[in-house]
Amino acid sequence: MITLIHYLVLTGILFSIGLVGVMRRTNLLMLFFSTEILLNAVNIGFVAVSHFYGDLSGQMFAFFIIAVAASEVAVGLGLLILWYKRNGSIDLNSLQMMKG
Amino acid sequence: MYEIIAFYIFSALTIGMFAIVVMSKNALYAMSALAGGMIFISGFFFILGAEFLGVVQITVYSGAIMALYAFGMMFFDTTRDVEEHAKGKKIAYTLSILSAILLLVILCAPLFSQNIQASYPTMENVGNIQMIGLLLFTKYLVPFELAAIMLLVAMIAGIVLASKKMDFDPQYDDEPEVLREVK
Repeated sequence: MITLIHYLVLTGILFSIGLVGVMRRTNLLMLFFSTEILLNAVNIGFVAVSHFYGDLSGQMFAFFIIAVAASEVAVGLGLLILWYKRNGSIDLNSLQMMKG
Repeated sequence: MYEIIAFYIFSALTIGMFAIVVMSKNALYAMSALAGGMIFISGFFFILGAEFLGVVQITVYSGAIMALYAFGMMFFDTTRDVEEHAKGKKIAYTLSILSAILLLVILCAPLFSQNIQASYPTMENVGNIQMIGLLLFTKYLVPFELAAIMLLVAMIAGIVLASKKMDFDPQYDDEPEVLREVK
């Protein structure tokens, strides 16, 4: 039988994959992808808790997280396109202009 | 039995897809694998009885967000492999230790919360979508409206940032200031 622990372990694995991506990648587009992975992992956790405790608040939180992710992508990609036009690179190291 | 098989198949596929996203050198492969992973995640939502969120996951994530990424990729050179110069091994090690501790706390958190009471329990013979509608337009009305305003602001910001200077060459951006200084 699949219990809540199964889902939470899966959430943890997916979240750590996302964290590895955030730490390993220096391309900004790939960082955005890793952020999406983190948000999705948390969504699975919320929906699983909501199912196993019979409470719908978890699903509402997942719903708002999806809304936040959508607006984040809209603004982030706009900024990314501007930065690429200006610098010709979306590497994180190209952002290091305030090195003291 | 059926649920167990579905859970393990979906989790293996999701983990595989997201591992491709994290490890792949090609941005296009990473984006396609991410779209596939999103669809498999909606499978979990259907198993868990959250039909509304499953449909929203497919339409919003693999529809809207992936289309936005595909649109954004037109501006970047995606045929070339992603070159990354990861520096600072010490920072990476510190962060991985910190994230391992975080993971431990996340996984142990349910053990310390045995007596959770459902504050909005699901009713009998009311479907998932109907129940979400009831809850969304009574208890969560203000967050819902705030989310709507946030999406509107994000849409305007996206349009202003991306489309205003679509045919504008940024190389000549600083020229008027230089001319002003000469005068």
